[in-house]
Amino acid sequence: MNFLLKKMKKMEPLFEKGGRLEKLRSVYDGFATFLYVPDKVTTKGSHIRDYMDMKRTMIIVVIALMPALLFGSYNIGLQHTRAFGIIDWTLMNMFWFGLLKLLPLIIVSYVVGLGIEFIAAQIRGHEINEGYLVTGMLIPLIMPIDVPLWMLAVSVAFAVIIGKEIFGGTGMNILNPALTARAFLFFSYPGWMTGDKVWIEGLMNGGGIDAFSGATPLAVAKLDGIGHLPSAMDMFIGTIPGSVGETSVIAILIGALILLVTGVGSWRIMLSMTLGALGMGLLLNVAGTGEYTQIPAYYHLIMGGFAFGMVFMATDPVTAAQTNTGKFIYGALTGIMVVIIRVFNPAYPEGTMLAILLMNVFAPLIDHYVVNANIKRRLKRVRTA
Amino acid sequence: MSTLIRLRKGLNIRLTGRAEKILLPETPVTRFGIRFADFPGLVARLEVKEGTEVRAGSVLFHDKSFPEIKFVSPVSGVVREIIRGEKRVLTEVVIDQEGKEKIDFGTADPLTLTREEVTARLLSSGMWPVLRQRPYHIVARPGVVPRAVFISAFDTAPLAPDMDFVMSNIHGNHLQTGINALLRLTDGKVHMSLDAEGTRVAEIRNLKDVEFHRFAGPHPAGNVGVQIHHIEPVSKGEVVWTVDLQDVVAIGRLFDTGYHDRERVIALTGPGIMNRKYHRIRPGASVSGLLKSNLGEGRQRIISGNVLTGKIISPEGSFGFYDNMVTVLPEGDYHELFGWATPGLKKFSYWRAFVSKMLPRKEYAMDTNFHGGHRAFVITGHYENVLPMDIYPVHLLKAIMAGDIELMENLGIYEVAEEDFALCEYIDPSKTEIQEIIRSGINMMIKEMN
Repeated sequence: MNFLLKKMKKMEPLFEKGGRLEKLRSVYDGFATFLYVPDKVTTKGSHIRDYMDMKRTMIIVVIALMPALLFGSYNIGLQHTRAFGIIDWTLMNMFWFGLLKLLPLIIVSYVVGLGIEFIAAQIRGHEINEGYLVTGMLIPLIMPIDVPLWMLAVSVAFAVIIGKEIFGGTGMNILNPALTARAFLFFSYPGWMTGDKVWIEGLMNGGGIDAFSGATPLAVAKLDGIGHLPSAMDMFIGTIPGSVGETSVIAILIGALILLVTGVGSWRIMLSMTLGALGMGLLLNVAGTGEYTQIPAYYHLIMGGFAFGMVFMATDPVTAAQTNTGKFIYGALTGIMVVIIRVFNPAYPEGTMLAILLMNVFAPLIDHYVVNANIKRRLKRVRTA
Repeated sequence: MSTLIRLRKGLNIRLTGRAEKILLPETPVTRFGIRFADFPGLVARLEVKEGTEVRAGSVLFHDKSFPEIKFVSPVSGVVREIIRGEKRVLTEVVIDQEGKEKIDFGTADPLTLTREEVTARLLSSGMWPVLRQRPYHIVARPGVVPRAVFISAFDTAPLAPDMDFVMSNIHGNHLQTGINALLRLTDGKVHMSLDAEGTRVAEIRNLKDVEFHRFAGPHPAGNVGVQIHHIEPVSKGEVVWTVDLQDVVAIGRLFDTGYHDRERVIALTGPGIMNRKYHRIRPGASVSGLLKSNLGEGRQRIISGNVLTGKIISPEGSFGFYDNMVTVLPEGDYHELFGWATPGLKKFSYWRAFVSKMLPRKEYAMDTNFHGGHRAFVITGHYENVLPMDIYPVHLLKAIMAGDIELMENLGIYEVAEEDFALCEYIDPSKTEIQEIIRSGINMMIKEMN
């Protein structure tokens, strides 16, 4: 492997200031540091540094997404067979069918997003930020499988440029970039993002057996009443229509476990958001009128994008509340908002996406009050002294 | 005896290379140096030139803003060199040791002296700079009566010396005299913090007029700033002083013998040194004698102090003014293939993202590699876990970066020193130079308040 290092070192001057490929510095840098942790040593402050870096942090999240991605691939195939009345596909057939449908989405998401990141890093003279490794994987997983690639590309560009870079890049953004991409498409091309057909591969191009409904459980509950919902077990395992990564609660929970064990994801947010949604659901069960309020409270946790949003989006450290106390408040309010939007809003079943984006906006305010309490404690000390 | 304060937050970095509890005979040293970097914020005025003959206790330079604060030569000899860095900024005054002449400042019992007399003695003998103040963690300003004086009698930093061993090997019984001198300087108490087990050293146990506290928990429980925060935090407008335990002895020695003599016992530690023992040394002494035919293979970094907060010195360099240890650490200037993806069996980490976290292994080798590149703050909720203070670290850092004086004040800048944030810097996956930011914030406050 030393050969690789030598080759790399030989190429380096080309990319430095005044070199022939100066304009590709950020690209070279990105790949070189991906291959080798640099030989940079500490010069000031602490002489030793933890081995943890942004690459490892982000890659842990990507690994945590893998169960949802793999199950999502299988589910694309499964839903396709159901919609088209195919009966002779094996599990592997379904999985490969789905994976091949999903790959173009992932590739487009990464190429467009990382391309913009490289340009932004070049302009700023920074190193590449690894944040998009996660965002780029999240975006395909929260899209309907049939979303046209050009739409995906536009939404990615919107999310990265408007949602992130104009605020100063990774670490500075207000809204979760992946949800920004989804919200952008949701409001710009609702026909491709909602309805009964978009969730199942092939239905948008016509076809499918008669009387097959590809509606998600949330839509079913709205349209046909809660009596027609799939079983809780189906929703927990995930063999239902929906965005690629959101359907299987069990796959998402495996990811959650990875995030919690490594300490990368915030247990405070996950716990309080679950309790918030459960509490609100129960309250509506008891006090609500109208059929929709009578959905069993725990259904809210396994329906729609709740689990996925909670584990992978609400916990985004940049856009969530940053103080520990703030995280509890932020999580609980997000959970409550999810249920409120789902139950009281006749137009959108998209409770999770809108609730998280809304709370992203309020997160700095929550932190402000938490930090102010700290300031008040300090001031009080002066007065009593 | 004293109440126990339990701290849960913090981290003990399990670095290899602890010193054996054996005190080696003194090695002769001829090169001494006083480094200006040991005194952040100091603008110095020299009182000697190259070639000036000095005695132990002769003034080398003083503080421009407070001319009564004098810094003196630790030994007798000749000023060999005045080293300047970029823009002719003073770096170090180097002295060649010759003879054993020392200035006699006269003996006295501090209890019979007034506050002014004790202050005058400490100032004229050059012992004053061992007193440091919070806020700002700088040399104490004379003319202020501190609310209290704080002494930490244990050290939790990586590979830190065992202070009980140090104190039981120190020459003379001057600790109580030192405490008495400190009592004269404050209207409040002299606080001393011990670790959970207390101390085995009778001289410490039998101290009179000292308020004892005990602290349990990981590093930075031994940091005096953390202890102050839990005993009686520094609010706006208040000043407290801190003194290193061995310097309390040096103050006592000054009053008991009349001489400025800061001889101390230190630990020579770290994975980069072969013979790890305790040594007797004076601040300013060249460490070359300790390191001679003792360094490990490969390039090594010599640090005066611990690995979190110490300063880099050359193999002939001078031992720091306030330090209790020398650490030798291998340089980490190598490339590691897919280093960010390895399971990390041999990589000690704060983070549970490494297999090492599940292994019972006790100690790990470490080096000076940066392990990544600088990024914006992304991760939240973890810096708090290694800072046992009621302070929001990232909010304070961002206030400093934005230069918001009022917010810095509100968020607790008066209570902190860069050393309290060293662990935040160590664990930071964004590789921010946190200690440097804290110091720049403190400097901003000093400028603003004058």
